[in-house]
Amino acid sequence: MSTDESRIRIVWVYPDLLSTYGDRGNVLILARRAEQRRLPVETMEVRSDQPVPRSADIYLIGGGEDGPQALAAQRLAADGTLRASAESGSVIFAICAGYQLLGHSFFAKGVQCPGLGLLDLHSDRGPTRAVGELAGDIDPRLGLPPLSGFENHGGRTHLGRGVNPLARVTTGVGNDGTTEGAWFGKTLGTYSHGPALARNPALADLLLRWAIGADRLPPLDDTWPDRLRAERRAAVAAPAGRP
Amino acid sequence: MTGRRRSAQAGAGRASGTLAVVPDAKLPLRAKVASQVSRTAAALSRAAGRGDGSVIGGWIGLKIDPDLLKHLATGRQVALVSGTNGKTTTTRLTAAAVGVLGDVATNSFGANMPSGHTSALAKAGATPYAVLEVDEHYLPQVLAATDPRAVALLNLSRDQLDRAKEVAMMAQLWRTTLANHPKVAVVANADDPMVVWAAVASPSVTWFSAGQRWHDDSWVCPECGSHIERAENQWWCTGCPLRRPEPQWVVEDDGVLDPLGHWHKVTLQLPGSVNIGNAATALAVAAQFGVRPIDAVPRLARVTSIAGRYAQVQRDGRIVRLLLAKNPASWLEAFDMAERAPTLLSINARDPDGRDTSWLYDVDFSPLADGRPVLITGDRAYDLAVRLEVNRVPFRHVTSFEDAVAAIPPGRLEVIANYSAFQDIRAELNRVN
Ligand SMILES: [Zn+2]
Repeated sequence: MSTDESRIRIVWVYPDLLSTYGDRGNVLILARRAEQRRLPVETMEVRSDQPVPRSADIYLIGGGEDGPQALAAQRLAADGTLRASAESGSVIFAICAGYQLLGHSFFAKGVQCPGLGLLDLHSDRGPTRAVGELAGDIDPRLGLPPLSGFENHGGRTHLGRGVNPLARVTTGVGNDGTTEGAWFGKTLGTYSHGPALARNPALADLLLRWAIGADRLPPLDDTWPDRLRAERRAAVAAPAGRP
Repeated sequence: MTGRRRSAQAGAGRASGTLAVVPDAKLPLRAKVASQVSRTAAALSRAAGRGDGSVIGGWIGLKIDPDLLKHLATGRQVALVSGTNGKTTTTRLTAAAVGVLGDVATNSFGANMPSGHTSALAKAGATPYAVLEVDEHYLPQVLAATDPRAVALLNLSRDQLDRAKEVAMMAQLWRTTLANHPKVAVVANADDPMVVWAAVASPSVTWFSAGQRWHDDSWVCPECGSHIERAENQWWCTGCPLRRPEPQWVVEDDGVLDPLGHWHKVTLQLPGSVNIGNAATALAVAAQFGVRPIDAVPRLARVTSIAGRYAQVQRDGRIVRLLLAKNPASWLEAFDMAERAPTLLSINARDPDGRDTSWLYDVDFSPLADGRPVLITGDRAYDLAVRLEVNRVPFRHVTSFEDAVAAIPPGRLEVIANYSAFQDIRAELNRVN
């Protein structure tokens, strides 16, 4: 799939608009985990006034505020590359505002805005802002351990028949208090914001496997991510208010 | 335990705790009672060992008289200092500089909401001047209550995003506020596009340039949404006329260039180029009160640590220095200040810190990958561990400050911690100031 020999090309889409909660972390973690397997990677940041490069292996779209989200959706629709690349098999991983804009429509700046329609879902405004730890059991077909994350969003997302929920919520709100995130083909979105992959290394590896078409990757020493996951799991199980 | 505590006015020339000298005669009766209760409550709070007492007293006083802050500010010439980072230090430096003219009331313990201002003014008694640090969110209220002569706007960047307003909304709030108070002299940072956009709403702005390491919250123009370009120390919007204004006060080498073109060498006991920038801001604000830089500069050199920030403490043969880093921009500044020595990083995610640790990925920790021993601790040390692995910074996890001290050879230990982690370590060191 790579145009540039055997490198994995990772494109971070519009960090000038969509980069609110440490979204850079997902780029860094994918690149690091690829390098540790001696898979050559190339990462690119593409600003909203630049064309999105075609046929990258992985596109990352981060979270953002209402105004930039609406602007990003407009520019991505006009650009057209993301849709074409998704159809030709590129991996898309989107967070929060980036996740919402992959659907048919989302709510920003007081109005319903058209999305890219890459995922069969739409988002509107919820009664309250969802802020806090987010956890859930991931769709068994993906073969991943439970999702662990932090969410901060005012939107609620309603899934159509053409997507699968990423997870069943055990802590937090996610899409609607029941399901969290969505995936279809190699496009995956989540409300677990910012560096979602820091707390979900197996999800990072799934994206890398999708990108290179591998069923498995050599294991890495995940002592610290595992301790972090265990500590967060204990924290959400403990009474509220504990650090 | 209390021996190390300084008065709230240290560096500004007034001893605290002498309630008898405070002339409340000018205050309305209700304000008089409120002011007295406020001071008593602060003293009780301190006596009970509950922190510096600078919030609780003011809070009670404001309950009794909601206009207490306004009453206490009347008759003083006030300067306000606000921004995401550097406001505690800049407030202390500004108070020192304005102190050339006379006594200055100031909230130097970082209690930067109206209760803290009320408490600071009540405690200081009648002073001709006041320099107050103001939380960004409270600038409109405090500006309305204190009718300041000058307002310093330092910078705006992401800070505890799961609780705070977004950066652009904050800039809008400031912009509206300044437009409503055209008589206030604004002293603003020319290097921060968000601050500039907010400040140009005022007809009276003095610009300073102190450099800006952090750019990730100002790539998009707050006026028109176009991309902001940067080159050298300049920045400009590619879609509208917003651009860096020509500053009148400029940091140059280890000194400050004033509007007349005179360069003043600035010698500080505080580390880092960021504090030369804070000194430049203090000199620019003091100039609004008629203080000449040449008179103020020697007073800046006397400012040491502020509420533990930059404090140096001896512990078991180690020289421990405390650096507070609350958000990505201030972490970058802390890496600039820290010497190449064993370094302890401590991270919490309690309410005062924000519960979200995502910001760790907005900070590039690679400056620490220079061979120095790095130790990590705090409630959220594991988040930090994962982050450092990504940055390829070798580290060792310790479960307490004591263990960190024991883990390094005698000599220097640099400590960089976020807010509550900093307070934890400061408490272990007997609330060092
Ligand atoms: Zn513009």
